[in-house]
Amino acid sequence: MILTEPVAPVTIETTVNGETVRAVVSPRQSLADFLRDDLGLTGTRIGCEHGVCGTCTVVFDGRTARSCLLLAVQADGATIETIEGATRSGRLASLQAAFRARSALQCGFCTAGVLLTAAEVIEEGVSDPTALRHALSGNLCRCTGYQAIVEAIAKVAAGTPHD
Amino acid sequence: MKPAPFEYRRADTREEALSLLAEHGEDAEILAGGQSLMPLLAMRLARPAMVIDINRIGGLAGVTEIEDGISVGALTRHREVARDALVARDAPVLAKAVPHIAHHGIRNRGTIGGALSLGDPAAEFPACAVAAGARLVLASAAGTRRIAAADYYLAPFETARGPEDLLVAAEFPADGRGAAVVEAAPRAGDYAIVGLVALARPSGARLRDVELVYFAAGERPNPAPAAAAILAAADDARAALAEAAEAARREVETIATPSASAAVRRHLVGALLGRAVAALFEGARP
Repeated sequence: MILTEPVAPVTIETTVNGETVRAVVSPRQSLADFLRDDLGLTGTRIGCEHGVCGTCTVVFDGRTARSCLLLAVQADGATIETIEGATRSGRLASLQAAFRARSALQCGFCTAGVLLTAAEVIEEGVSDPTALRHALSGNLCRCTGYQAIVEAIAKVAAGTPHD
Repeated sequence: MKPAPFEYRRADTREEALSLLAEHGEDAEILAGGQSLMPLLAMRLARPAMVIDINRIGGLAGVTEIEDGISVGALTRHREVARDALVARDAPVLAKAVPHIAHHGIRNRGTIGGALSLGDPAAEFPACAVAAGARLVLASAAGTRRIAAADYYLAPFETARGPEDLLVAAEFPADGRGAAVVEAAPRAGDYAIVGLVALARPSGARLRDVELVYFAAGERPNPAPAAAAILAAADDARAALAEAAEAARREVETIATPSASAAVRRHLVGALLGRAVAALFEGARP
């Protein structure tokens, strides 16, 4: 059976960047679209919309996840942090400074996803450059600026961001 | 890419999920980690009338001890499988497989139940389950049944799970053998072109109790018993590699896809055996 009729929207209550949000969403709406279109949080980029590129990475209930592979309805009762919230909290400050110093971004489209993934990986204690490359393999940079990205992250992971 | 419309139901208990499946199973998809389902929905390769979200069901996540080993709950995420002490003790092959599964953020969300139930021929966990002799626990409104992983996978994305069934756990008999998971993929985290799960007990130059199951080579997890027997019978397993690889190339089904021809896959079936044997001996070093 294929649905052709519109489906009734669902009311959700979620916490985004520390603020409680009540919203009415369509069941098929992705969390990525909800964050961008309904909440105006356009720091979350949408690249491939099927989980390959990692640009839409957000922190969902404490762990990074691709927001194109989550439904907005799944955010009900969940806690979400986007690049806007993580920037405001200062959690990414040393990574962002290292990216600036090393020019570790070109067009910037992948940067939000890369920063959130890198912050989590560093918090988990990964510092070996090869392991960092593996951990970042799910975040594509179509400018192909990987060398600078990995160097900037490796410096922060090694605790020497200003070298 | 946007999914077609569907009705969303969140099951907060196992009973609720089973009753929804009993009524709507034919037209429904189960949403666990969503790391495979959501792309299928986005590309409209799946077009269910209903999506049943099981993420909030209590008691479906985590690893518990059972009489002959461990039971891994369907909602246990890949990252938890990789870090679990009971998995490390009784089914270390699962932890060895996790780094090969997709990417960091996907391993945060993806569940073992989803990976096992989907029947993707390129997936790592189904081959692990077949190699380790796991039992998949299927619950429905009519009751609970167990099916050997080896009998579960019928064809790509076709399994013994009925539309009313929910895969609730996988039971792994305690397995003290060494484990290796190796694969050839274009890039870390990409789908394997061919992969191999190998279990064995290294002893000097010998390998005992060898079990080999290939994945991504053919249409489902593909055991290689003849190659395993050659390795297990040899006084020096490494010296028997060429013969075992030849046997594996003969007995393992290899398919052609846009990413690799059957001939490339046949080559990799042999090459990966060498890497797996090396990894098994490496893992046995004190």
